[in-house]
Amino acid sequence: MEIVDFIAAIEEEFDDLNPGDVSPNSVFRDMEGWSSMHALIFVALIDSKYNVLLNGDELKSCVTIKDLFDITLLKINGGGANT
Amino acid sequence: MAELILKHTAIKAIYSVVPKTVYKTHDYPYFSEDEAKMFAKTTGIVERRVAATNVTASDMCFKAAQSLLEDMNCLNEIDLLVFVTQSPDYFLPASAAILQDKLGLPKTCMAFDVNLGCSGYVHGLLLANRYLQQGGLRKVLLLAGDKSTISTHEQDKTAFPLFGDAGSATLLEYDAKGEDWFLDAGTDGSGAEAIIIEAGHSRMPYQSFDDQDIEVAPGVVRSKKHLAIDGMAVFNFALKNVPKSINNTFALAKLTTDQLDYLVLHQANQLITDSIRKKMNVPQEKCPSSIGSFGNTSSASIPLTLCSELSEALKKERLCLLLCGFGVGFSWASLLLSTHNVATKLVEYD
Repeated sequence: MEIVDFIAAIEEEFDDLNPGDVSPNSVFRDMEGWSSMHALIFVALIDSKYNVLLNGDELKSCVTIKDLFDITLLKINGGGANT
Repeated sequence: MAELILKHTAIKAIYSVVPKTVYKTHDYPYFSEDEAKMFAKTTGIVERRVAATNVTASDMCFKAAQSLLEDMNCLNEIDLLVFVTQSPDYFLPASAAILQDKLGLPKTCMAFDVNLGCSGYVHGLLLANRYLQQGGLRKVLLLAGDKSTISTHEQDKTAFPLFGDAGSATLLEYDAKGEDWFLDAGTDGSGAEAIIIEAGHSRMPYQSFDDQDIEVAPGVVRSKKHLAIDGMAVFNFALKNVPKSINNTFALAKLTTDQLDYLVLHQANQLITDSIRKKMNVPQEKCPSSIGSFGNTSSASIPLTLCSELSEALKKERLCLLLCGFGVGFSWASLLLSTHNVATKLVEYD
């Protein structure tokens, strides 16, 4: 699992994002018009692509795209509260 | 583990009723244009039906039942009426008793309410079966409906545009030659606060709380007497439990998803139903959706989807269906059943 693929999946999911718009240090809550709907889409995307289900607290603990990637990777490898 | 094999029961008819009034997502005044687009894309809800102030869930179910009983000509054969709702007419008596009288059902008919929401229709089918399968009762009338819009605050962007109102009536009867049905169900009450109306009942009676509106998050205004929903918690609950429950049901039936005609899920929101469907490897055309036209209609969403999306198939074909309700509680139930020659009707409430 590579962060470039993770970012590419996010850029593909949101209509208003173009390739190159997102970097590992992007703060995802700074996305234009961020709402609870965006949060659900992130969680659904990670679940469908990586079979990892992030809960609300885990999402809250993340600030950047890299944080999201890291927690996803951790759960793939058997870490985190519930994999 | 609640896993059951159900015998000797057949569904004869499913009728649904929706109010005439349409609320469109893009007309919701508290959404910006972008928010409306994002909401419609994520939830799938383009529009929904909202009942008038003086119309209750029992009124919508009454209309569905009245039409069904007239068409099926079996008023005097109903031995049990079950009304699944979380929006009854009164704290007491049970709305089912009022419906027994209004419908003109015999006084020998038992009638009670079941306080379940999104999982309630499937639990109602189970209850009907439990009474029918011994052969003592002739027919059961299962009513499932909710007026969720009575509980949501207009300025709560997370709840108000999500819910629609609907009622339904399902006729079941004893069938000595009926094929077995298979059920898996469960509860996780640790999620009770994820979908809740806190105030107005025994835990927080009306006189005891401050019912001022509070902005609990940007664009989310409500008081304790309104329905509050934690979308992330619901999503997590659904994705953790529903696929497992569906798999358990298939295992119990010794069938695979390939042998299924349709997977009919509670219409929570499109993101949830799509995520579950993909996990189950069920193609989109085998997973009908009605949420775009009606929103989340709580206990009525499964019968409404059957009436609006599968009417012809239910009438003409022998179908293998997996119905799965899940939500408030948290509570869930999956039922694998076969149907044949089921009458359906979708009616508007004036």
